[in-house]
Amino acid sequence: MSPIRVVLAEDGVLLREGLAGLLHRFGLPVVAAVGDAPALVEAVAREEPDLVVTDIRMPPGFGDEGLRAAVDLRRTRPGLPVVALSQYVERGCAVELLDSHGGVGVGYLLKDRVVDVEEFVDVLRRVAAGGTVIDPEVVRQLLARDPLDRLSAREREVLALVAEGCSNAAIARRLVVSEAAVGKHVGNILAKLDLPPDDDTNRRVLAVLAHLRG
Amino acid sequence: MIRPTLPAALRRKDFLLGWWPWRALGYVAGTVPVAVVAAVPIWLLAAPVVLAFGAATLGTALLLGAFGSAVLFGALPQIARPLARLERRRLRLVAPDATTHPSPGGYRDPATWREVGYAVLLVTLAPAVYAPVVLLAVAPFLLLAGPVLVATVDGPVAVWSTGGATLPESIGYAVAGLVLLPAVPYLVALLAHGHAAVARALLADDARLVEVTRSRARLVDAFDAERRRIERDLHDGAQEKLVSLTLRLGVARLDLPADSPAHRDVVDAHEQAKALMTELRELVRGIHPKVLTDRGLGAALEDLAGRCAVPVTVRADVGRLPRHVESTAYFVAAEALTNATRHGTATAITVTADVVADALVLEVTDDGRGGAVPGDGLTGLADRVAVLDGRMVLSSPVGGPTSLRVELPCHRSE
Repeated sequence: MSPIRVVLAEDGVLLREGLAGLLHRFGLPVVAAVGDAPALVEAVAREEPDLVVTDIRMPPGFGDEGLRAAVDLRRTRPGLPVVALSQYVERGCAVELLDSHGGVGVGYLLKDRVVDVEEFVDVLRRVAAGGTVIDPEVVRQLLARDPLDRLSAREREVLALVAEGCSNAAIARRLVVSEAAVGKHVGNILAKLDLPPDDDTNRRVLAVLAHLRG
Repeated sequence: MIRPTLPAALRRKDFLLGWWPWRALGYVAGTVPVAVVAAVPIWLLAAPVVLAFGAATLGTALLLGAFGSAVLFGALPQIARPLARLERRRLRLVAPDATTHPSPGGYRDPATWREVGYAVLLVTLAPAVYAPVVLLAVAPFLLLAGPVLVATVDGPVAVWSTGGATLPESIGYAVAGLVLLPAVPYLVALLAHGHAAVARALLADDARLVEVTRSRARLVDAFDAERRRIERDLHDGAQEKLVSLTLRLGVARLDLPADSPAHRDVVDAHEQAKALMTELRELVRGIHPKVLTDRGLGAALEDLAGRCAVPVTVRADVGRLPRHVESTAYFVAAEALTNATRHGTATAITVTADVVADALVLEVTDDGRGGAVPGDGLTGLADRVAVLDGRMVLSSPVGGPTSLRVELPCHRSE
């Protein structure tokens, strides 16, 4: 497996260096680490990376320059995997990313998640492989907006992990249950949401998110 | 309208149906006895000066004039002061938004002489203006009464001083009176407004209040700016450092053998750092939420709704507003959501924000049991709303629903 080459954009110097060090350590070489959106676009053009990790709020305007750049990059390079980091949940941003190139190879995470190192790196790998990962907080908010009384507490838990892009095996590991039990839960959830049964993790995530977005 | 005024009421189609015509009538009718009572001492005091013009010799005239002026200017303020006090109170009837402050001090205070000016106008100009207007206002009633008078009184009855009128003629006049009748309240209201404008200019001190309001608004602005600065400093400094520290601890715990004592310590430190991150983020949110600074009220309200224990529907497509308006509206909404969830009876909350006629209107409605009373948090925010010249209304009948409405003027040019 060839290493995943990453372009990293984050305006905080400390955090940028910390993240770069972390990614190197896990075998994801950071080929460029930049501090603003124009530099990100330039670095991607130069390096043709396998994955972009970018902060949403960046100079020069400290608005959503990072997101804008990411969406534009995905337009000119369809399928370029992007993980966007945000200080706070903004569903609009998540939705916009999911809408770009069918939501393939997209991650939207709260910035604080990076400190759970292994899970964070796992997310990067999944997105680089074309997966879709949405922060559990976004899923929680979407669930809160859509009072899915039809779902049990356990099913909601499983649904949140499905939306995070976890496979059945990964969900089973996280919840410390058997994979067969997870399969049953997922089947129930999809049935209750009137979604077709699907074992493909990625199509499943997109279907669930599309449903929650209503 | 945030604060109803007589001119605003005059422009409304339902003016005749409201309270304003009656308030104006009360004000105008009250002026007559006040002016009469005030006229007696003022004209008495002015008598020597008036007599001076008719004096036989120049010497007598000068003496009388000098003496009369001294008496007049010495005593007028003493009469003008209680009169002004009464007139300020009456002014509230037609200009509830006028600011009336206690009577001014001695002879050197310009406000004293403005009061004197008002008193003099009241006994000179006012009768000259009131008399024709009152006659005009009474005329339609006289026309209406015409037929009755013609029928009951023997001999010719003069209507509108055009000589005698027969019954059919007087009925014609009565119809005219009926048509003119709706104009009377407008006439009275205009007179009341004109009088109130003079009274306001001479007796109220709006300028002083505007200055005070401005300085209070500046203070609120300064507090807001300070909160944003603290938030920015924490975000760019402590928060970022803490995240990278936690990140390093997260990496370190992977590097240590799982059974070593150091591993347990680092795991503990990592967990503590994560908890501290959450705490710091909550703290910063309470000071001034980042999402509000970056993305405005709509996104901040969405964020607030997302963290609420009760499902919240948000409709807030208002774009960017002046910063102090955004932050005041945000903290009001946050407090309202806290209150709505605290009692645990609400199952759905709606938050709407809209810009109507240059004012932001924020409404938070829940389906709880009602009976809410404004707590300390809301009272403090109401003060802040008042400083911004806005208004906060809480409606919470027992049985619900509870609705909090806030109106904040926002001049987008700021």
